[in-house]
Amino acid sequence: MSDLLIRGGRVIDPSRGSDGPADVLLRDGKIEAVGRNIPMEQGTSVIDATGKVVAPGLVDLHVHLREPGFEHAETIASGAAAAAAGGFTAVCAMPNTDPVTDSLATVGFVVRQAIRAGQARVYPIGAVSLGQRGEQLTEFGELIQAGAVAVSDDGKPIRSSHLMRTALEYAKNFGIPVADHCEDTSLAQGGAMHEGIVSARLGLKGIPAAAEEIMVARNIILAELTGGHVHLCHMSTRGSVELIRWAKSKGLRVTAEATPHHFTLTQERCEGYNTNAKMNPPLREAADRDAIRQGLADGTIDCIASDHAPHHYDAKEREFDEAPNGIVGLETALGLALRELVEPGLLSLADLVARMSTIPARIFHLPGGTLAVGAPGDVVVFDPERRWEVRREALHSKSMNTPFLGETLRGQADVTVVGGRVVFQRPGRPTS
Amino acid sequence: MTASPPLSAPTLGKDLVGLEELSAEQIRLILDTAEPFKEVSERAIKKVPALRGKTIVNLFFEASTRTRISFEFAEKRLSADTVNVAASGSSVSKGETLVDTARNLEAMRIDMVVIRHPASGAAQFLGSRIRSNVINAGDGKHEHPTQGLLDLLTLRDCFGKLEGLKVAICGDVLHSRVARSNMWGLLKLGAEVALCGPATLIPREFESLGVKLIPRIDDAIAWADALNVLRLQLERMEAGFIPSLREYNRVFGVTRERLERAPKELVILHPGPMNRGVEIDSDVADGPHSVILPQVTNGVAVRMAVLYLLAGGGPDWRGGREQVAAGGEGE
Repeated sequence: MSDLLIRGGRVIDPSRGSDGPADVLLRDGKIEAVGRNIPMEQGTSVIDATGKVVAPGLVDLHVHLREPGFEHAETIASGAAAAAAGGFTAVCAMPNTDPVTDSLATVGFVVRQAIRAGQARVYPIGAVSLGQRGEQLTEFGELIQAGAVAVSDDGKPIRSSHLMRTALEYAKNFGIPVADHCEDTSLAQGGAMHEGIVSARLGLKGIPAAAEEIMVARNIILAELTGGHVHLCHMSTRGSVELIRWAKSKGLRVTAEATPHHFTLTQERCEGYNTNAKMNPPLREAADRDAIRQGLADGTIDCIASDHAPHHYDAKEREFDEAPNGIVGLETALGLALRELVEPGLLSLADLVARMSTIPARIFHLPGGTLAVGAPGDVVVFDPERRWEVRREALHSKSMNTPFLGETLRGQADVTVVGGRVVFQRPGRPTS
Repeated sequence: MTASPPLSAPTLGKDLVGLEELSAEQIRLILDTAEPFKEVSERAIKKVPALRGKTIVNLFFEASTRTRISFEFAEKRLSADTVNVAASGSSVSKGETLVDTARNLEAMRIDMVVIRHPASGAAQFLGSRIRSNVINAGDGKHEHPTQGLLDLLTLRDCFGKLEGLKVAICGDVLHSRVARSNMWGLLKLGAEVALCGPATLIPREFESLGVKLIPRIDDAIAWADALNVLRLQLERMEAGFIPSLREYNRVFGVTRERLERAPKELVILHPGPMNRGVEIDSDVADGPHSVILPQVTNGVAVRMAVLYLLAGGGPDWRGGREQVAAGGEGE
């Protein structure tokens, strides 16, 4: 592999607290040097990053790639390509596939498919319980050996407090977090959207904010009991933000993520029974969205994760109650974060890179998230200003279930480099 | 200039999904159009040719007697050709999706679909995907606009006007499409609305729409000019919203004793089917202030008005009456 020199950009690396004009040289798949006016040797490929940001590749702790089992909606290859197009160099795939990623074989399958795809890195997340049935712990040791970086029953909440407790305790042996989809199913059962004035008007069963907050509180209390690391997925309510703030003030090992849709949209998006606004946790109220933004600004919420959830066109083309939850998010995450968080001044560009790369990499102990010499050559070059319209045909995911179609976002990845190799280069954007 | 309606004359859109989307003028238009249609049902030959040649499909995904028959009478009295499709025994029970069912019907060149469906939003979903007019005959817990309209018409018949009228909607508002349609219709036409029932079944968010919440039935009776008593479904007890039907009747039942204590006489509505002895006692349902059967009669007139207006009908439908009279038999 020839050397790759990314020249003339604004290099932001929160892992080293640096932000300024510099060149980045990649050699043998790793970061070789970062500095001013790095000389170019014969045979070096060059990317011109003038006017753009060069940062460690984005890291997404929460995606659903649907393979094995639901390849009509997404495959590991198409999902990893969508990730690369969104500026992500690493994504963590949730285990709610068919079969569930709960064994050496299924974890290994994800790893092999990801290597074959050769796009963004895909790290499997193993199931907490066999078949995600919420009964018996999976073999964490074996899953990790096969490549799993965390465990979660995401898609399903861990209902049993005993199971959550044992998972947190056992995970300590391996130094991995337990990621939980926080939902009290007895309160949320049958719910299709946030419980509030919109659900009341539309005649849809609501999911109260309390359904999330009860489980956030439980998980925090169990983190204290066990000393384990709990990672709270896709936080959506102001109450959750308050609870996490309290947990952090006590020094507990609690980390949390929020999605672009929860810091951008509110329950009103469900008007007209718009199934592309149906997700779980549901879109909440303006005060919740504002609290999530504030939580990201002050660090109560550690990172941004897309909860990329592809669904086939037919699946969303039906009655709201019957439609599945979730939206695709890998290709809109950066543009939404820049528009919703950086533009209004809630986050600096460097903070944004931290919340989308450096911090998530640290939470799951992944390589990457840094441009330190010797680190993996995972780099994104993005234009932080460019306005672009979300168009169906321009998406790389196999699915296009997003409420943001037709919207203008701000900022877009132009080049994504994984292991020193360019895996994505935006067409029509000359960079070399 | 040829004779044409004044520019300000309200019309309905393509579909009737709910009363929330309608303006006060549009609701009044339907009620006013229903008035003369009442008389058609009183004739020996109950038929006008207003919708002759129109094909209407009644697509019922949920059991219904009253609403389905009422629509069918309305359609037949307007001379439309009608087909009834029930979910069981049709392609729906073979797993066909709603949109495929509708597109297949439309491929047979129909003009209107009347849909009853257990999912909230089903009527709007259908309306946005086919060219035919869609009329919501009840979608999940969302709306039942023609029931709301017939309740408004019945109240207007009783009181002469709706402005300033106090109507308490009593019972399981949470799961009731009738309650929602009534709420919107009454609020838009200037009535005052209160909701009364167990707090487990009253979405308190509705207060933000200007609706009053009254926890006790005696207070609601003392406040109201009319009560719209909702059906309490047995499943609500099983789902834990109320402890028992017996307790419900004791705490929230509309009984003669309670009505006799009221400072004035109330008009009692019920969308049916009734659970006698649960939400309403028999002597109230059958009593002098019950307008439950006039509601049913008005249902046909209101549905005729809706079908007629959505089909593009103007104020000249009575032209057809003379034709029928002249032709004698009708069809």
